[in-house]
Parts: sequence; structure tokens; C-alpha cells
Amino acid sequence: DPSDSLDFPVELCCRPWRSADRVPISFKVLPGDHEYPKCRTKRTSYEWYIPKGILKTGWMNKHLNLVPALVVVFYELDWDEPQWKEKQLECATRVEIVRQSLQGRNTKVAVVLIQKKTPLPPGEDVIASERAAALCNACDLSGKSLFVLPHTDHLVGYIIRLENAFYEHAQTYYYTEIRRVKSHKEFLNKTTHQLLFVRHQFKIAFFSELKQDTQNALKNYRTAYNLVHELRAHETNMLEIKTMAGFINYKICRLCFQHNTPLDAIAQFRKHIDLCKKKIGSAELAFEHAAWMSKQFQAFGDLFDEAIKLGLTAIQTQNPGFYYQQAAYYAQERKQLASVLCNHDSSVTYPNPDPLETQTGVLDFYGQRPWRQGILSFDLSDPEKEKMGILSLQLKEKNVLHSELIITLLSNAVAQFKKYKCPRMKSHLMVQMGEEYYYAKDYAKALKLLDYVMCEYRSEGWWTLLTSILTTALKCSYLMAQLKNYITYSLELLGRASTLKEDQKSRIEKNLIKVLMNESPDPEPDCDSAAVKASQKLWADRVSLAGSNIFTIEVQDFIPFVQCKAKFLAPSFHVDVPVQFDVYLRADCPHPIRFSKLCISFSNQVPVFLTICNSHHKETMCLVPGKTRKFSFKFVAKTEDVGKKIEITSVDLILGSESGRSLQAARSFKRRPKLPDNEVHWDTLTIQASTMIISRVPNISVQLRHEPPALTNEMYCLIVTVQSHEETVAKDVKLTAGLKPGQDANLTQKTQVTLHGTDACDDSFPALLPDIPVGDLQPGEKLEKPIYIRCGTVGARMFLFYISYLINTVVEGKEILCRCHRDETVTIDTVFPFDVTVKFVSTKLEHLDRVFADIPFLLMTDILSASPWPLTIVTSQLQLSASMTPVDQLESYVENVVLQTGESASECFCLRCPPVTNASGVATGCYIISWKRSSPVESVPVVNTVITLPHVIVESIPLHVSADLPSFGRVRESLPVRYHLQNKTNLVQDVEVSVEPSDAFMFSGLKQIRLRILPGTQQEMLYNFYPLMAGYQQLPSLHVNLMRFPNFTNQLLRRFIPTHIFVKKTLL
Amino acid sequence: MAVCIAVIAKENYPLYIRSVPTENELKFHYTVHTSLDVVDEKISAMGKALVDQRELYLGLLYPTEDYKVYGYVTNSKVKFVMVVDSSNTALRDNEIRSMFRKLHNSYTDIMCNPFYNPGDRIQSRAFDTMVNSMMMQVC
Repeated sequence: DPSDSLDFPVELCCRPWRSADRVPISFKVLPGDHEYPKCRTKRTSYEWYIPKGILKTGWMNKHLNLVPALVVVFYELDWDEPQWKEKQLECATRVEIVRQSLQGRNTKVAVVLIQKKTPLPPGEDVIASERAAALCNACDLSGKSLFVLPHTDHLVGYIIRLENAFYEHAQTYYYTEIRRVKSHKEFLNKTTHQLLFVRHQFKIAFFSELKQDTQNALKNYRTAYNLVHELRAHETNMLEIKTMAGFINYKICRLCFQHNTPLDAIAQFRKHIDLCKKKIGSAELAFEHAAWMSKQFQAFGDLFDEAIKLGLTAIQTQNPGFYYQQAAYYAQERKQLASVLCNHDSSVTYPNPDPLETQTGVLDFYGQRPWRQGILSFDLSDPEKEKMGILSLQLKEKNVLHSELIITLLSNAVAQFKKYKCPRMKSHLMVQMGEEYYYAKDYAKALKLLDYVMCEYRSEGWWTLLTSILTTALKCSYLMAQLKNYITYSLELLGRASTLKEDQKSRIEKNLIKVLMNESPDPEPDCDSAAVKASQKLWADRVSLAGSNIFTIEVQDFIPFVQCKAKFLAPSFHVDVPVQFDVYLRADCPHPIRFSKLCISFSNQVPVFLTICNSHHKETMCLVPGKTRKFSFKFVAKTEDVGKKIEITSVDLILGSESGRSLQAARSFKRRPKLPDNEVHWDTLTIQASTMIISRVPNISVQLRHEPPALTNEMYCLIVTVQSHEETVAKDVKLTAGLKPGQDANLTQKTQVTLHGTDACDDSFPALLPDIPVGDLQPGEKLEKPIYIRCGTVGARMFLFYISYLINTVVEGKEILCRCHRDETVTIDTVFPFDVTVKFVSTKLEHLDRVFADIPFLLMTDILSASPWPLTIVTSQLQLSASMTPVDQLESYVENVVLQTGESASECFCLRCPPVTNASGVATGCYIISWKRSSPVESVPVVNTVITLPHVIVESIPLHVSADLPSFGRVRESLPVRYHLQNKTNLVQDVEVSVEPSDAFMFSGLKQIRLRILPGTQQEMLYNFYPLMAGYQQLPSLHVNLMRFPNFTNQLLRRFIPTHIFVKKTLL
Repeated sequence: MAVCIAVIAKENYPLYIRSVPTENELKFHYTVHTSLDVVDEKISAMGKALVDQRELYLGLLYPTEDYKVYGYVTNSKVKFVMVVDSSNTALRDNEIRSMFRKLHNSYTDIMCNPFYNPGDRIQSRAFDTMVNSMMMQVC
């Protein structure tokens, strides 16, 4: 197989495999008398030497596997061996045998003594050091080449140390080898030794690699690469040059990836390809060049992929997939070239003797022709031999399974592109794989791949590409006589998405019609003739085979040649009118097409099938290309479907006949449009694939009477009047009344509805009364129903009044019993009936922000009507808390008062509060107002509204001062005033009392005094004021100073005692 | 000079594809189609960059052995793809840019035509002429 000769040799690609923590050494166990490859005598002069090729095929293997860098002789010998002399001699003999075999090579020799005893620390064992020196001497070894391996507990540790020592020796060996090769250089000349420059450079690089000096290896390979391209190239040595260039390039790229410089690897590879792309060599063997190119790309792809597995990151536009793809393209080119160049007649036989045979069975040099090995001349000495050689290569190429190679490379590329987010590239490669399978006559696999990717191109609207894929798929299905696929692809190729020419479409349509008539179709063009013959037989069998001849093809997912739109005439239909819809069909194929049936199915549980059959006129059953045909249908909806959506789920078009083969194209409508009359423009048609069935229009009237707004907590009366305008009896009339569902959930809690308005309802009543039976309604009959509503909070609420009934009616001659309903909603506002304000005032009617313990004060209430309707206050009541006591009788002053809008009613209560310890405030109690809407109807229930009175802060005072004085005075008439000073504490209080004179008065009494008041007692101070002027006059002011309570100010005092008095003139 | 010029709709279907008549048209369709992988990726990488600061020219999408594919995306996500022969080293980035700009201007003219429905395949003599002037002339 010629492809083998292009594969990289194993020696080139292999790598020492050892775990990362061990030195990279390749070990071989050999017997002591193993014969190593003979070393040729060293050349002393290159003057007459002419090389026959670049690199010998055996060289790499020789240095990888045959010639060791170090030979280690293992020998069991303890230091205290009794027969030391004999053993030492035997060991020296063994070493000598090895040395003999390695004569001429620089290979190092070392000895390892395997010992049973644990060695003593160095320097302590005198015998050991003596004997070691003796042994080294006997074996002609340096002390560094003698090792001891005690066979004891720490074996692994000893082994690792030994390995490291061996590794050093091996590196030294390769170092000397490199030096040796380098030393040849000076003998070479540029004219006759061009090949040797490459060879030596390659060897240096290869040894460097073995030495694990990858940096120098890379440098030397690069030099070697440049040298290869400096060689004089000719058709005869082109393959050798390319082969070596390929090897070296492989090494360079691999080392670059290893050094984590992937860009260098890519750059090198690009350079390599650019340099070699045009080096085709012999035109008769051009396929060989394509194969070589393919190999280069594949190998680079492999290296790249390997580097990624070791942690390199690739990107969308630079990943191994591109290289595999390119490798596949060259493989395709190879196939194409081979099909032209190797197109020999079957009478041509393989040459005998085989020009590809060599004496040894292998080539001497990489990349040379077996029939002229080692010949450097560019002239062909034996043209006949050359011809035979080329012929044998061509005949061998003929047997290569190109498609297999191509498909493998393509699938490698697919795997890569999948990883790097290239879905379209992946699809494209899969198409190529499919096509390659088609060429390889594996139609089933081809079809599987093509069918898989087709939808990608369809969904993105790349019709040219889709058509090309479909054409291949159609060929496959024809060749396999797969009826259903054949029909499916034909349908799409005839459709508007296909970019085929009219004549092609016409051919396909004719074939499709043949298939529908149960005949064999004509073969697809450009098919393999043998395959066509086979498939014609398959078709003949198919045709004669009876059986299920109906194929249902879902055309939802592709673009068939008949387009379909369906449209309900309205978005909804009443249940008592027939549902109407139109179906429009239009063919895109080149010839008119006849169909036998059209079925429409719907989404409701029991599918309605509507079918037009041959019973209709013949010509309507024929679709003329480019003309839109409309089919109108109507049906009566079922009463159960009221409120439901009816959808056209599918339109089935049946082509062909019962007798022939028929094809059911099912078009399903998940979302589609509608349209108009006679000649219509297809694109203007919009689809209306669904309609609602709605209930019959009711023929009753509903009226509501009420007086809004509603007042909080009242029983609000609303009267519903229903009147029938039906011509027959409305049966089973039901009323649903109450809060419309779907509003704020809190409203449901705070709204109650009842039919009985006389009693106030509580929170347990529902917010909605459903289906209150009302009985039957005769035509024209009128019915009234009062509904009471209690709204606990203010705000707007929507109320629903829903009347439903049953009635008989006739549609299209069919009697149906349908339920009709009418609903009314009304929004009712709820407002507070009145506002209540409460305030505390002193007995002087001054506003109080706090009250004083035990000192009477006034509570004033004020009811302000906010209702637009008159309100009757039935009564009011003050409920005091325990901490408050009334000063006098509590009775309502507003009983039976009627308040119009904006009017208010006030009351006043005198209260007293005993001292308390609690500073934050004292509950006062509550105020209950019983009221109703003023109405002539006595039965309106009374509503009690409870108002919680505010808390009040109670303060104790140390001293209470009150004054007894007349309500007015007269000029020059004595005005007696008595001040009471009451000690409210349980302490004896020192009080300083003084009176400051006023211009308007003279007075008598104690002007300034200091006195003591005992706890709980009071002191009276009596004054006689004598007014001098008339008018509103300031009294002489009383000042009280408490020794113990400096906070007790005169300001506070002013609250309790009058400061002014009105003085009248004396009656003359 | 280009060997293939294509205009791709926002939804990634072709509005216009023209390639040199000497070569397999289908191949260019595939080349343009596969290049959309890279365009998509580049657009999503641009992401939320401010619209007016965004570079419309996407640069080299990917090189194949024989061709270089360049991309350009308008603010309305219409894409222009241009395929250039790899051997044509005379074309610099700047020239490609200016070719795209010309293409964009011509496309804008089409959009200004009141008889053109956005999203329809482009059928315009002026656009054809302009594209022709940018295509490799085949003798």
C-alpha cells in the first residue's frame, strides 16, 4: 500500500514513556554476550566519498533501540566474598566481552554489584574501599562507573539513585556523539556533500533530542530544515527531499508545541506547506503529492490535538479541525487525481518482476524509489524501468480506499469543530462526509448524514445549499428505492425553496406522478450505472408489492410544493351561527397537480374532519401552478365548545388515488395566517388558524337602582330589575350578585352581601352570592330583586350582577339548547357617613394638651355629616374607661337629630380624672353613635359606629388654686374675691403669696404673706377688690411661690384663676 | 479583488451572493455560510460595547488554504462577507476596509429605495455594478 510509505516511521514519532518523576531512560535487558551492531571503520577522508541519499532508513532505529549509550553489567558480589579473586576475575571478563562487542563506539560501560548486605557508611568499610579500587583496576573502570545495589529494604531509593547516575552517563555519551558528528563538518564540501550537510545536521538534532536537550535539538532541526530546501531538487529526488522535509518539520512542530510556543509551530508548518505545496514531482504520480500533503496536515492536526490534551488552549479560528479539514481536501484531491491517472484498462497487469521489491525488502534511504536506489543522477538511465515503477505505483493507488481516508479525516475535523463552536462548519463537513459516502456507494449512511444536517440549512434559509443537499439525498433514496424519502425530497425540490431549474423540477414532478401512479420513476442523472441497475430492480419489486400504499408526510418541517393557508372568517363565532372558514392552496410545481381529498382537523377533543371529495366538481380538485385556490367550509359548533378556542390543527391533502399510491401531506398549523376573494395575492393572505366559540347574544335587560355612595357599614340597598325580551320562555334563570372576583383580597373580607336587609349582617356573610335561582321568565316578564351590601371600609368596589338562563333556538335547521348570559358591573364608592372630632378643654374652655389630676375638665365631641344623604343620629353614648369619672350625669344631647350634608352636632361632657402614676396617658373610653340613613322606610337598620376617644396625659400639681369671684364688678363697689389654695401633696408646703396691685383696682387683704399648708388641707385668702375703672380690666395678680416646687410657675397658676374681670359702670 | 461577495441578513440567510463565474459557486456558498460561525462569535464577543464606538469591520474571519475571508457587520446586524484569493497579497487591510465601506454605502442606497422590502433578496442593478467593480475580473 503506497500510503504506508508516506506514513511517518515509528522511530520518528516515538517518545520515551516514563512517569514524570523518573528520568527518561529506555532500558533493555540483554545477555552479557549480546552482539551490538558493528561499528563501521571511521572514515579518515571524505574526499572520494559520495553519499547515496540523505538519511538511511535504519539509522534512527539503530540509535534508538540497538546502540546503547551505556551498558551496565550487573554482577552479584559482596565485599566480604570469600572467593574474591575468582569473582573479581569473572567480572572483569564479562566487562571485557561487552567492551569487545562495542569496539569502536563511545558507549560507556558501568558495573553494578548486587549485594546482599547493607553497606556501611562510606569510609568505614576499609575492605570495601580496597576491593572496590581493585575491581575498578581489574575491569579498567573509573571509580564513577562502579555502583553497588544492596538487595535490602530501600530498593526503590537505590534504583532511583542508580537511574540518575546512568542518565548522566548517557547524556555524556550523546554529548560525545554530537561532537563526533560535528567534527565531520570540516571535511565536507558544498558541491559533492550537500546531502551530508542535511544528514549530519539531522543526526546532531536527533542526538540532542536523545540527550533531552530540546532547545538545541530544535535549533539543529531548524538548520537541517533550511538545508533540505537548499538541496538541488529534481523530479527524481523530489520525493526524498519532501520526505525528509516532512520528517524534520514534524520534529520542529512537535518541539515547538512541547516548548509551549504553538505560534512558532503554526508558523513553521505554514512555511513548510508554502515551500512544498508546489513541489509536485512526477506529474504521473501527482496523487502521491496530494497524499503527502494530506499526511502533513493530518500529522500537524494530531500534534495540535495532542498539545491541547496536554493543556494548550485552542480558539475557534485556530484549532486542529482546520488541519484535518485540509488533510481531507488533499485526500479528495488525491482521489480525484488517482481516478484520472490510475484509470488503466483492466487488461493492464502488474509488472513482473515487481519494481517496488528491493533485495532487503526495505529501502536504504528514506524517500527513494525502490527501482533506482542510491542513484543520484537526474537523468533516467533506464526509462523502461522507470515506466514500470510508475505503473506499479499507479496500480497500487487504484486499490486505495480513498473514501475511507477522506471520511476519517472529515470526522476528525467534525469532532474538533464541534468543540470550538463552529456549528456551520460542522454541518458543512457532515455534508461532505455524506457526499463521500454517496461516492463510496454507502447510500444509507450518506442519507442519514444528509438528512441530519438538512434542517440546519433549511432553518437558516440557504436554499442553494439546501437544494444541493436534497439533490444528493434524492439520488440516495432513488438508488435505495426508499419510497417515503424519495417522495419527501421530491416534494421539497419542487417547492419554492428549491433553486432547481424548471426542467429539473419538471423531471422530478413527472417522476413523482409516476410514483403516485405506482410506477417506477426514471433514474436520477449522474448516478453510477451499476447502482442504477440494482435500484431499478428494487423499484420493480416495490411496485409489484401490494401493501400499505398510503404515506403520511408531515410537511410542517420543510417547504413543500403546495402551500397552504387557512383562515376563519372571524376571530369568534356565536354558537347559534355556523362557523365559516376558508382554506387556500397554491402549487409551486411546474405542472398542474390533481388531488383526491382535502381533510381539515380541529383541536377540540372530538376532532371534526371535514373532507371534500371527488363528489365536488373535478376541476376544483386540480391545482394550477401559481394560482391560488380557495375552498370555503362551514359547520355548526357544539354547545359544549362555548367559551373554547377552536384551532385548525392540520390540513391534509391527499394526492393520488385509492387505487394507485396515495400521499397524504399533512400540514399542521401551530401558528399560521388568513384571506379574501377569487383571485387573491398569496402573500397578502394572512392565516387565522383559530377562532373562539362564544355564547349566543342574550335578549334580556338588566337594570340596577340604588343611591350611591354607600356609607361605611350601612346595609346598602340595590335593586336589580331583569326583564326578558325573548320570544320563548327563559328557563332556569339564575342571578349571581356580589363583589366582582379578582379585586383586592381585603375587599372580600370587608364586604358582605345578603338578600335580607332588615338585619345587620356580620362578617360571616359572603362577598358574592352565586347562582341565586330566580325561576323562569315568561316573554316580557319583569323581575325585581333587592340586594343588600355592607361595606366595612371606604373606597371603590366593583360589583357584578350576572344573569344566566337557558333557551331553545334553531341553527341551520338544528334545534339547540343554549345558555345565554348577561352581566352588569357597577362601581360603588363607600364613604364615611360623618367625621367626629374630639377635644379636651379646661373649664375656662381653653384648649388642654394635658389635664390635671382631680381637676375637672371638659370633653367636647363634634359630629360633622359627610354623607350626601340626610343622616339621623338615633342616639349617642359616652362609655368612659375606669380611670375617668363623670362630674355630672352623662346624657345624649343629639338624640334624633337629623343632619344634612355639612351640618354638625356637638356635645360636651364634664369629666375628672383621679391622679395616676402612669405618665404616658390614660384611656378616655369610647363614643358610640347610633345612626341611620334618613329614610321614610322604618325598617332601615340602625348602625352603631364606635369612636375610640384619644388618650390623655394626666399631670399632678402640688398646689391647686381656685378663685371665687362674682361674674362682674362695678366701679367703686367692693368686689370680694376668695382664693382657695389647696395642697395636693402629702407634704407640708411653705407658700409665699403676694398680690401685685393693678391700676384699675384698689384692694384690701394680705399683700404679701408666707404661710404653711398641711397635706390635703386648703387655705383661704380673702381680698376685697375695689374697681376704679369700667371695662375689661386686669385684676391685681396673685403670685404664689412654692419653696419645694420651684417649677410651679405663675403661668401655670393663670390656668386656674381669672386674670381679668369686666367692670360695669355704676348705675347713677 | 474579491472572488466572492455576499450580503447576509440579520437572521443569517443570504440576501445576495456573487462569486467569480470560473469557480464552483456552491463552494463559495459554503465558505460564506461557514464563516458565519466566526461572525456570530465575534458579534457576541463585542457584546455590549457602545453602539457608536463599535468597529463594524470584523477583520479576517479565517484563512483557508486558498482563500481569505473577511467580515463586516452593520449596526442592524446585516453582514457583509468578502472572499479574497490567498495568493492576492496586494490587498491590504485598508483596502478591504474601504471596499466594505463602499459596499455598505451601496447597501444603504438600496435600503433607501421605497420599493425595497427589508429582508428581501437584493436585486439591484446599481448594487450589481458596484459589486462587479470589486470582483476579480476574469478575462
